[in-house]
Amino acid sequence: MLKHRLIPVLFLKDGFLVRSESFTVHQNIGNPVAQVERYNSWNVDELIYIDISEVNVYSAKRCDMGNAQDLPANVSELVSIVARRCFMPLSFGGGIRTLEEIRARLSLGADKVTLNTLAVEDPEFITAAAHRFGSQAIIVSIDVKRHDDDSLEVYSDRGTRATGLSPDVWAQEAERRGAGEILLNSITRDGKAAGYDLDLVRRVVTATGIPVIACGGAGSYSDFAEAVTRGGASAAAAGNIFHFKELAYPLAKKHLKSAGLNFR
Amino acid sequence: MKRVAIVDSGAGNLTSIFNALKAIGAEPYFWSSAAQAIDCEHLVLPGVGSFPDGMDRLTSSGLASAVVAHARAGKPILGICLGMQLLADHGDEFKPTQGLGLIPGRVTKLKVESSLFRLPHIGWNDVTFRSGTLTKGLGASADFYFVHSYVYEDPTAPYVVGCCEYGAEVVSIIESGNVFGTQFHPEKSQAAGLTILRNFLSVC
Repeated sequence: MLKHRLIPVLFLKDGFLVRSESFTVHQNIGNPVAQVERYNSWNVDELIYIDISEVNVYSAKRCDMGNAQDLPANVSELVSIVARRCFMPLSFGGGIRTLEEIRARLSLGADKVTLNTLAVEDPEFITAAAHRFGSQAIIVSIDVKRHDDDSLEVYSDRGTRATGLSPDVWAQEAERRGAGEILLNSITRDGKAAGYDLDLVRRVVTATGIPVIACGGAGSYSDFAEAVTRGGASAAAAGNIFHFKELAYPLAKKHLKSAGLNFR
Repeated sequence: MKRVAIVDSGAGNLTSIFNALKAIGAEPYFWSSAAQAIDCEHLVLPGVGSFPDGMDRLTSSGLASAVVAHARAGKPILGICLGMQLLADHGDEFKPTQGLGLIPGRVTKLKVESSLFRLPHIGWNDVTFRSGTLTKGLGASADFYFVHSYVYEDPTAPYVVGCCEYGAEVVSIIESGNVFGTQFHPEKSQAAGLTILRNFLSVC
């Protein structure tokens, strides 16, 4: 039987791993390379790295954020370091503007990339990318805000630009254009540790036929269970919980398996 | 150190399989054109993308005949994912296409009930072993990472030595003499995946 996946999503800003809240507060939590061995020894199902820096070259001068000396110089260097050590599926997203940038990441050892802003601006790009690299390499990442009146809206540009798109309709279009998976993140739940937006997850799962990875809001191990049971997601993803709770990944897996759920 | 060739028909990520072979102590190198297809003991045929596109690339680069010659000489070959599918007689993806003809089989779309089983089949699935060389030391079953929508049609064929369940029996490992294939990605399947690659390299 196919197992549900539990995926750490690692957000990078200016070369550092960061904790994110509401897509606006980013707290530096260290060197991304230092974490790699840990994920390896935990046999994590898969890793997704998303670079949320505003420029694509890390500035080693950003010493205010910590010791920048040992940081990988750019995303490419990080891809190649991680791919030499981790024999598991690896996705790298953030800031992709061209097919060449996808090719470069894949050729360094990434298996998939995530597309977000560019996919919204130019949906035809999803098709071009899927055609060239295969749908299995293309995850369309969708960031969603729940407004005060409870309506849902897709945002692009790291959660800063309202698109007017509804998440289920946009997810459907992404699938039709060749996306192999959807990474669905809730801006409203980001960093709140109050559980996934299960209604949002369920809507997108129902609207599509490709795997949906739920992200945003996990605060306890039972939240992962709910993402797959009540939400219907193929995978539960999270960032913060894996950084701040000791042994969160292996303990989460243990919890999920003892609850009778089909995780690895 | 064991030299092992990887067929590079220009379709994408070969770094992962290269890294994995290095990690188990082999010395991988690429066959990027027919001229570079220098005689080797072990050959790996990776692949992502579609069946017709994969065959086109192999044929137009002249690598198809080098791959077939290697296999016909009785030397070990391992097809991974699309690479395993290309070993077959026929593929049905997009249009009927002739494969390399090293395994008497047909590759068709996974026949699953779409409301219950999403495609592509992505993620970790437990493969139950029937017998075989590649899975030595792994017990009766192990989890591997899959990403695909097409599959060998007949799970009862004699060359099938491992299957998993995804709405139907999914042919996951094939072995026929010196010809081997995995539908999953051993280079992405952590320790169990590296064991598969090690076992392949110990075939002589």
